[in-house]
Amino acid sequence: MAITMHLNIVSAEEEIYSNPAEMVIVPGSAGELGILPQHAQLLSSLKPGEVIITKPGGEQQSIFISGGIVEVQPHVVTVLSDTAIREDDLDKEKAEQAKQHAEEILNSSEGLDDHDLVKAQAELLQAIEQLKLIDKLRNKRSH
Amino acid sequence: MASGKEIRGKIQSIKNTQKITSAMEMVAASKMRKAQERMESSRPYAEKMNEVVTHLAHASTEYKHSYLETRDVKRVGYIVISTDRGLCGGLNVNLFKKVLQSMQSYQEKGVEIDTCVIGSKASSFFKRFTKIVSSVTQIGDKPRLETLIGLIKTMLDAYDEGNIDKLYIVHNQFENTMSQIPNLIQMLPVSLNENKKERSIKYHWDYLYEPDAEEVIDKLLKRYIEAMVYQGVVENIASEQAARMVAMKSATDNAGDLIGDLEMAFNKARQASITQELSEIVAGAAAV
Repeated sequence: MAITMHLNIVSAEEEIYSNPAEMVIVPGSAGELGILPQHAQLLSSLKPGEVIITKPGGEQQSIFISGGIVEVQPHVVTVLSDTAIREDDLDKEKAEQAKQHAEEILNSSEGLDDHDLVKAQAELLQAIEQLKLIDKLRNKRSH
Repeated sequence: MASGKEIRGKIQSIKNTQKITSAMEMVAASKMRKAQERMESSRPYAEKMNEVVTHLAHASTEYKHSYLETRDVKRVGYIVISTDRGLCGGLNVNLFKKVLQSMQSYQEKGVEIDTCVIGSKASSFFKRFTKIVSSVTQIGDKPRLETLIGLIKTMLDAYDEGNIDKLYIVHNQFENTMSQIPNLIQMLPVSLNENKKERSIKYHWDYLYEPDAEEVIDKLLKRYIEAMVYQGVVENIASEQAARMVAMKSATDNAGDLIGDLEMAFNKARQASITQELSEIVAGAAAV
């Protein structure tokens, strides 16, 4: 039997593949990379594309990833896959959206600008006291 | 003493409330299970990330990334993760308390604060006294990393440009159904003081980088931060559901107690009116 390595393909939201493999081809940002067991340690970024896995026994499987990073150790290969297509422009747009959202929230505050940390803390304390009181009442009831 | 009818009305309204709270309890329980699963499934990514980044921080890389260097603190950033909806006990209050403590200690030192909020509870709380740089609300039960990217980018850009020198993330850590602990973690600069002993033995080699070290490390560290925030959001959702489940359970129990008390009062009132009627009849008969 040919030597194998362990292949993990994970994304932030789920684990996609975690099994032994004989060979894996990943879409590296500088061109396709074929990785066999006992490859030197390597860290490469990936483009969106297909990951082709050769399983022990020769069977092939392909998985589409939308970019990411591959980490290679002699016996373990890990593909850290992105969950979405990432482009700098797209990211920037999203950042703008998040900022706008914050501004909307700030603008929607009415007559609350005289608040400061101390005041808020006082409010918090009040809320905590209320919670404590509720707990107390609850305990009293159960006795 | 309140009349029988009034008490009966009250009992009915409490019974209705009890139905709602017990339904909410069950919904929260099933959502919690799903949220927990989601938490588990995102863990391998975060763990692997941590492993690689820890290695990077210790390896003899020719390139030092700004995320790994400590700077003088003139301005700090916070990413506060809260829930969108209420009725989950003291979950958010405890979290905000922790944030305020930390903020205050910085304010005393004259350090300015930028906040970045996830969830509408945090945005309505913090908008009053700190500068909210960016925010995301209505993330739902199934958060997508995609929705968080924008928010994270604003903070990372601020760090790159030197507008903030430290970045914290605050969220509720899911311990178990009964306890959720507010957790404040320093994200930037990336602090990796664990595994110090292993370093000398384990990390004497370095990776090959493709296309080049700078680009890969930059991408990796960004993903690392994103993974941490995502993990925080997922954990916070699980905590929210657990807290809501417990809160609703005690609300249901309390409603039960109240109904018991009111029924007692109702019976007493009924008995009193019967006794009164009887004595009136007897008195009437005696008079005749």
